[in-house]
Amino acid sequence: MKNEYDVIVIGGGHAGCEACAAAARMGAQTALITHKIDTIGAMSCNPAIGGLGKGHLVREIDALDGLMGRVIDKAGIQFRILNASKGPAVRGPRAQADRKLYKKHMLEMLQAQENLDIIEAAVEGLLFNGEEVSGVILADGKELKAKSVVLTSGTFLNGVMFVGHKTSIGGRIDDVTCVGITPYLKSKGVEVGRLKTGTPARLNGKTINWEILETQSGDEKLIPFSYLNKEITTPQINCYITHTNEETHQIIRDNFDKCALFSGLIKGIGPRYCPSIEDKLVKFADKTSHQIFLEPEGLDTDVIYPNGISTSLPADVQEKFIHTMKGLENVEILQYAYAIEYDFVNPQELNSTLEIKKVPHLFLAGQINGTTGYEEAAAQGLVAGANAALKALNSDKILYVDRSMGYIGVMIDDLITKGVDEPYRMFTSRSEYRLFLRADNADARLTEYGYHMGLVSEERYSVFKQKYDAINHYHELVESLFVSPQELETFGVKTKKDGVKRTAFNVMSYDNVSRETVLQIWPELFEIPEDVYEAIEIEAIYAGYIKRQLADIELFKKDEKLRIKEDVDYKKIGGLSNEMVAKLSKVKPSTIGEASRIPGVTPAAIMAILSFVKK
Amino acid sequence: MTNKTIYALSTVNGKSGVAIIRVSGAEALAVVKKMTELDVFSLKSRYAYFTDLKDIVSRGTLDKCLLLYFKAPNSFTGEDIVELHLHGSKAVISSVIKNLSSLENFRMAEAGEFSKRAFYNNKMDLTEAEGLADLIDAETSEQQKFAIRQMEGSLSNLYETWREALIKILAHLEAYIDFPDEEIPDDVVEKLLNNVFKLQNEIKQHLESDNIGERLREGFRVVIVGAPNAGKSSLLNNIAKREVAIVSNIAGTTRDAIDIHLDLKGYPVVFTDTAGLRETIEEIEQKGIEIAKSKVSSADLVICLFDGEKENISIFDSIKELFKNKPIVVANKCDKLISEQCSQLENQGCLPICAKTGEGVEVLLNKIYEEIEQRFTSNSSVLITRARYREYLSDVLENLELFNLDKEIELSAEDIRLAARSLGKITGRIEVDDILDKIFGDFCIGK
Repeated sequence: MKNEYDVIVIGGGHAGCEACAAAARMGAQTALITHKIDTIGAMSCNPAIGGLGKGHLVREIDALDGLMGRVIDKAGIQFRILNASKGPAVRGPRAQADRKLYKKHMLEMLQAQENLDIIEAAVEGLLFNGEEVSGVILADGKELKAKSVVLTSGTFLNGVMFVGHKTSIGGRIDDVTCVGITPYLKSKGVEVGRLKTGTPARLNGKTINWEILETQSGDEKLIPFSYLNKEITTPQINCYITHTNEETHQIIRDNFDKCALFSGLIKGIGPRYCPSIEDKLVKFADKTSHQIFLEPEGLDTDVIYPNGISTSLPADVQEKFIHTMKGLENVEILQYAYAIEYDFVNPQELNSTLEIKKVPHLFLAGQINGTTGYEEAAAQGLVAGANAALKALNSDKILYVDRSMGYIGVMIDDLITKGVDEPYRMFTSRSEYRLFLRADNADARLTEYGYHMGLVSEERYSVFKQKYDAINHYHELVESLFVSPQELETFGVKTKKDGVKRTAFNVMSYDNVSRETVLQIWPELFEIPEDVYEAIEIEAIYAGYIKRQLADIELFKKDEKLRIKEDVDYKKIGGLSNEMVAKLSKVKPSTIGEASRIPGVTPAAIMAILSFVKK
Repeated sequence: MTNKTIYALSTVNGKSGVAIIRVSGAEALAVVKKMTELDVFSLKSRYAYFTDLKDIVSRGTLDKCLLLYFKAPNSFTGEDIVELHLHGSKAVISSVIKNLSSLENFRMAEAGEFSKRAFYNNKMDLTEAEGLADLIDAETSEQQKFAIRQMEGSLSNLYETWREALIKILAHLEAYIDFPDEEIPDDVVEKLLNNVFKLQNEIKQHLESDNIGERLREGFRVVIVGAPNAGKSSLLNNIAKREVAIVSNIAGTTRDAIDIHLDLKGYPVVFTDTAGLRETIEEIEQKGIEIAKSKVSSADLVICLFDGEKENISIFDSIKELFKNKPIVVANKCDKLISEQCSQLENQGCLPICAKTGEGVEVLLNKIYEEIEQRFTSNSSVLITRARYREYLSDVLENLELFNLDKEIELSAEDIRLAARSLGKITGRIEVDDILDKIFGDFCIGK
């Protein structure tokens, strides 16, 4: 341990891991401070990575040389592509994880990372140099200096857990909390609020009657998350499905008054897409059954995660209702479900670099910014870590993924311009450029940029170059091969006989044309590797729509390029109403594009700001 | 596609001495090519040309105008600009705008778009930009929304129901896409087909039935119905005699239908005579009556004319259901009635006239004018606003028509997203949160 670092990252969760690794990759002398090395990379809730939108984020993290994709490829015990029957833009890779393997491989990768020290200690407070953060104070009083600090406190800032009306202090079951930081932030005028989340009970797999349950198996063909990996070698397992029933519901209803949620004890707002079972019963009263997934937490453990019954009901009620479900009649509950409430910072307080505007050199990532999910946290960690390093190294560049480059950009832009009403989770519907922001092309969108920013290794860059040299080469080739509608018909492909020749690229996009048929027409395409063919085929399917989206993106980029100085006094801009001044002063947008996405900001206001930018 | 050529009326709409329509963009000269006889290649920048402006399709003259050309980059926006200085009549403005909208890669400018382009091309200084902000304020979507709500409550309700319909469609599609592991019913997407078709039809009908621009160009259709001897021809003749108004009179296609085009205080109006309505078994006459009925049902305004001396209003009972709008009921031959009879008719809502002498015809024309004025909504900004709305709604329709379930679901969703984006320009942006609210309201999602 040194006394001074370029970047210090507080917290070893999913945000913290990516943050410290990114900072170190950028060449900053970095320290990761965690109160327990053993919990680095811990999955506190659902043992799974990916899904719709989330899987996209993991691919983007990987494209920027982050860790999550590579770690889950080693720790994944059930791989599935969600929406496999739908088009490639909305397919989401997902994997069930072995908790222990995930932690193990994450720690190994961090230990192998150059420029990075891992320190086991509790952080008690922040050091300041005037208004700027200049380091941290440890529990033993020791001071560590840093040019940038990244805070990734997860649910640990003033964490309070609820099981029924029983509360306990802590950021996770059997863990401590951190009370020191919030007062610092508040004293700097930073807006802090409360959010809520929860996690279901854990069950003993040995006491579940698996025989009578429906099985859910993974995909036949295992597709890795990381662009660097070609195959998955970890053994695979099955998940199982059970259901709640009328009896379950009756027990829960009879005990509504004992829920921390309904009794008003919990004030923080929870995510609508992770409703507790009592929430579901209230909102969809006529549903007589809900689906519950039983997910093993690892290869060599009997702990089962019952996905779908998170609750804030007391222990005795949990015992009662869980035993009403098929296969769970005699199940042993290893740990009861709990709800947790924690502090978060209004993300409108942040720059696109995730630095707090009012507290220079302090960056935030993960749940503290009002998000939920490992993937969302990791993606922010990467952005915060890289930017913390750039600032520490006195670079005038920033790592900025905009909305047209990736879901990372969509998320950060949403957070800093709109703020949050509930924990923010990624969905593909949040992106206006969904057909372009696909899980299959995250590398095409980001790796080159990451490489030039100094975030991507030579090794990854050369893999990337090779892949896209081939894709571009063959793309050109298929656009140069023509066929007439008459000729097509001899291969059994019917098209409009308009005398217009089709390129091989056009033909690849047809629903009813298989790769075999294309190869029959153009035998010279036999040499195209399968994955390259697939990549070009996806481009072909979306070609028309993508063209339109790229045109939109071009317009969008114009406004993104117009930067607004941080110290603009909106009161001095003529033509702005008081309401506009208030909104803009709060968010302090850094580009005209950001300004225009703040809810309620009018085109007229944008014009007025434009004139100022020009000056 | 990125940089379409844009156009907009730069002066206040309505009656004025001169109205200026400004066209800016790479293809601005298409106006000169398609709508004038001027030689594009010898056109000089910053010179004014006095020229006929022609309809692109019919080649009829829309107006004699002054045309100015500013070659890029020496123009307000820094792009090629063509300015059309027209006579300030609603009909002229509307017909020119209609023509411009049919040019490829042309679209109506968004609020502040000329200035924005000027700004991007480094053409605007600080004072200008600041001054413009206030100006644009009047045209922001919020204000448009306000205007439309003020003036046409029913229209705003209609758009609002469409917005909700689109949110539902989009929410169900997005739920199907974003939550594959949840218990979303399998038929959720198929069920949307009908919703999309229904919306398509409603918008299509709306666009067809409410074509103000077209009416302004082609004339407001006034159809006169009545029994054979009610005096329809005399009335038409009397109207036609008022020379101030006459534009042309063309014999109709059927023996007994005559169209008279005239300009009623700035509005083009077409009067149509019809075969007399009466029960008959004669084949030719019956046919004439059928034609009359179809004219009545497509008319913007119907004048029910009856012989005040011999008939009463009840003779129109049989065709009542054909009227789209409330007709003007006119009692003819009032010169033969005593004044008590006249006022009795007036009490029944009838207008007493004498087509032969012309007594009361002026009042009738005034009444027609008021009716048109009200129907078209005299307020100038509404006309422009509504032309813009038409454009957005056409966009919505175009995208809805692309929707089907034979392609990848995310492409179908993209069609709806684009439709929603266009509708959002009228009703206020449809935000992701609107969609998410609907998803979480309609489906039990989450673990």
